[in-house]
Amino acid sequence: MTKQHANWSPYDNNGGTCVAIAGSDYCVIAADTRMSTGYSILSRDYSKIHKLADKAVLSSSGFQADVKALQKVLKSRHLIYQHQHNKQMSCPAMAQLLSNTLYFKRFFPYYAFNVLGGLDEEGKGCVFTYDAVGSYERVGYGAQGSGSTLIMPFLDNQLKSPSPLLLPKQDSNTPLSEAEAVDLVKTVFASATERDIYTGDKLEIMILKADGIKTELMDLRKD
Amino acid sequence: MTFTIPIENGNGVKDAEADSQRTLYPYVTGTSVVAIKYKDGILMASDMGGSYGSTLRYKNIERMKAIGKHSLLGASGEISDFQEILRYLDELTLNDNMWDDGNSLGPKEVHNYLTRVMYNRRNKFNPLWNTLVLGGVKNGEKYLGMVSMIGVSFEDNHVATGFGNHLARPILRDEWREDLSFEEGVKLLEKCMRVLLYRDRSAINKLQIAKMTEEGVTVSEPYSLKTFWEFKAFTNPTVGAEGS
Repeated sequence: MTKQHANWSPYDNNGGTCVAIAGSDYCVIAADTRMSTGYSILSRDYSKIHKLADKAVLSSSGFQADVKALQKVLKSRHLIYQHQHNKQMSCPAMAQLLSNTLYFKRFFPYYAFNVLGGLDEEGKGCVFTYDAVGSYERVGYGAQGSGSTLIMPFLDNQLKSPSPLLLPKQDSNTPLSEAEAVDLVKTVFASATERDIYTGDKLEIMILKADGIKTELMDLRKD
Repeated sequence: MTFTIPIENGNGVKDAEADSQRTLYPYVTGTSVVAIKYKDGILMASDMGGSYGSTLRYKNIERMKAIGKHSLLGASGEISDFQEILRYLDELTLNDNMWDDGNSLGPKEVHNYLTRVMYNRRNKFNPLWNTLVLGGVKNGEKYLGMVSMIGVSFEDNHVATGFGNHLARPILRDEWREDLSFEEGVKLLEKCMRVLLYRDRSAINKLQIAKMTEEGVTVSEPYSLKTFWEFKAFTNPTVGAEGS
């Protein structure tokens, strides 16, 4: 008797796009609020941004059930850290934790495409970009999800960041001001919404600075 | 994407029998559930059919059940898995009652519990083949959410499973408003259920509507919708088409 194969997949792609941009003393994290499955929209108002610590905010797209489980694991690990160290985790520390958590499930991965944004120990903006199994890198800006291929080249062109290919390695934070970066994010999402069917509905923008977090909501095309 | 995972018994030998213990396909299934928030709480509708493939085997299945004092659960998909979920929830509410501390599980908690259960079963490659709708009211706060068989969950002002997602949700997106009265809510749900009746092969014309408010749950007696089959599009579907 031939082995029976499952006719369902444990994974699904619920779509969406996430972007983060690091500045000299701020970090902008943005994601759309559409959650889809196949060609249907499940929700027009689902947030993909999750605050993990005071200075670390995670934005993930991909398979929503895995994203939620990942967020829960990180949240509980952060709570334990706070009990043990009597302080919040820094963004680079959270970055390492996220990488380890993802690799832990290397052979049944979290189908989550993450961008971690926040402020480093010096107060400068930092962005970390990940793949599904935990390989990560600190960058000046990153985009993940269904619209990432439409957005990344535009950011490369418009952010005026030092090229990552230069030697000696230069800090790739953008010299743009906070207002300019937020404006760029809105432009970039409006463009991605035009061509990516999984991106749209609303744009949620979180701006992280030393004195706190501000959130902004902007409408995107709903088709 | 298909997955095969070898199962081993204690001796490290692959056991073909253990494979047969996992859910591969659903057998007796229920079709769509549609639910909306309205002024006083939640309204949920589902028909009473249980299909065995293409046979309409059961015509008296209640696919919506009250959970505790504050929640209402509706399910589509495999009926036996729905009954299993009701047993899990019985245990959950029993343990909650035994604490006897005046607290009772609200819809948010039940929804979270169900999401974890569905996700964990998916992780073990043995899913509960259901899409669940969880609605409720607690302390004046209305809640309506959905969980799929692989653990995807979200909450919204209106939800629908299966065919309802394709046929009912667009109607709800257009006509749902905050502060619908009970009568308006029922009319809206009936409009959705009628469309499903016309277009979903596994739907039957025997439905129940459940109402969840701060006072409690009431599941209506089964009734049928008036249908009209003399639309020109039904009687003469090819008029105007090429080659007709």
